[in-house]
Amino acid sequence: MIDRDQVAHVAGLAKLQFTDQELTAFTKQMEDIMAMADQLNEVDVGDTTPLYQVTDLKNVFREDKPVLWQTRDQLLENVPEKQNGLIKVPSILDNGEGEA
Amino acid sequence: MNFETTIGLEVHVELKTKTKMFSPSPVSYGAKPNTNVNVIDFGFPGVLPRVNHNAYRLGIMVALALHAQVTRDTHFDRKNYFYPDNPKAYQITQQEKPLATNGWIEINVHGKKKKIGIHEMHVEEDAGKNTHGDSGYSYVDLNRQGTPLIEIVSEPDIASPEEAYAYLEQLRQIIQFTGASDVKMEEGSMRVDTNISIHPAGTDKFGVKAELKNLNSFAHVRDGLAFEAKRQAEVLMAGGKVRQETRRFDEPTGTTILMRVKEGSDDYRYFPEPDIPPFHIAQSWIDEIASEIPEMPSKRRERYINDFGIPEYDAGVLTATKEMSDFFDETVKDGADAKLAANWLMGNVNAYLNDQQVDLPDTKLTPANLATMIKLIVDGTISSKIAKKVFQETITNGSEPKAWVEQKGLVQQSDPAVLTPIITKVLDDNSQSIEDFKNGKDRAVGFLVGQIMKQTHGQANPQVVNKILMTELKKR
Repeated sequence: MIDRDQVAHVAGLAKLQFTDQELTAFTKQMEDIMAMADQLNEVDVGDTTPLYQVTDLKNVFREDKPVLWQTRDQLLENVPEKQNGLIKVPSILDNGEGEA
Repeated sequence: MNFETTIGLEVHVELKTKTKMFSPSPVSYGAKPNTNVNVIDFGFPGVLPRVNHNAYRLGIMVALALHAQVTRDTHFDRKNYFYPDNPKAYQITQQEKPLATNGWIEINVHGKKKKIGIHEMHVEEDAGKNTHGDSGYSYVDLNRQGTPLIEIVSEPDIASPEEAYAYLEQLRQIIQFTGASDVKMEEGSMRVDTNISIHPAGTDKFGVKAELKNLNSFAHVRDGLAFEAKRQAEVLMAGGKVRQETRRFDEPTGTTILMRVKEGSDDYRYFPEPDIPPFHIAQSWIDEIASEIPEMPSKRRERYINDFGIPEYDAGVLTATKEMSDFFDETVKDGADAKLAANWLMGNVNAYLNDQQVDLPDTKLTPANLATMIKLIVDGTISSKIAKKVFQETITNGSEPKAWVEQKGLVQQSDPAVLTPIITKVLDDNSQSIEDFKNGKDRAVGFLVGQIMKQTHGQANPQVVNKILMTELKKR
């Protein structure tokens, strides 16, 4: 149900590279996970409408009022590399992906 | 072979809110890097996004202005992708139940009106900004991350680059009039992605489409699409196949350049956002927002034409921006003659704005001052020549026209008792001109008027001067 190509595809989307061995191992693991999740399909839910949330909350909005929670220094504390207040990351060429 | 062109436009517009879509961080253009951010924007684990009420409200307002159907029951979805401009590795957007569907706007290309459908529009968050440096590193500023956006997706109704241009102009204008966004391409508060395909005329199966990016102005959109239509036609004519690819517009050459070939469709693995409860939008809220939408440009044009007798073309110029149209309305409300107000705004004011490269709100001109100045012209207090001086003063220094005219002694001289002696003196000094006048040389009159104006420092009322001058000339 899950094959190597699918695992390689998803890995590619996540910018991960696997060796052949890893790919074999992860394919097996993914298969097991999916098989476990598939058990849910055995439950007869009748014509219950799909549910997106289990909190029973609805229409939770926030007022448009600015608050600054953290300073730049605080936020950049956990950043591995920074320069002039910017986050320094390995260059990923913009090939038309990304951005909203 | 003739081809038909099919164009689809995806337009992103930044909403004018004080805070972000899902976090209370301030939104402001040009802030220091990574200062308008918090743990939600940084995608820290365990944070909880909460939806900005005003952003959703503005989204609904734009939807209504675009004649779209607001989705009553909706929720947000996650769009998964890995890129450093969004550290969560997903964008919160609306995929399954967009904010609104089925809108339209009317465009006018060379006098031909056409309705362009809007497939859907949804609210979502913007991503941060990547700057690519040398030596293999990029630098990320997350200030823009989380800025509220609406994405507006057209139906494939657009059949030419000119129609695309007209659609964008209309869309920009409508959104600007709602006040929901600044819609400035140059500041990135409006961004355009397009796709284009061609197919042989008379067939109805769409061709393979190319996506076009890096379009920084409406002109680039038009030129990029025109180039792309030509390129695709050449490929097909040569017996080739158009590939599904993403291309970018190259400004210096006016061409499009391949970025990547797409294999299959994008794989974003959307799923419902578990951290944000679903929404039920009440009809009463929609009605309330509808009542708050400012008057749209098409309605204003109608009003200007019908109520003020302003020509259609002029009405179009006056409604080009909301600032101009609001200014015009205010000036008329302050008692100015509508046609004169229109002429001043379209003439001297626009010339000043172009000359100084500023927008109307950047100047010191107020509707009240413009109205006062126009009233001074109408009641003959100042000549149109002096009005130019008054205008220059009030637009650059903000002076109140009436007070300034009085203070500078620029009130027009219309009193015959004052003007007649000056005129007779000028005639005494220029006997040659009287001779010329009698020999039928009309130019002589112009010269004499010029002399009189010189003597009165331009303050003589030209109509009164002409009248007295002719009477005096005939006496000689």
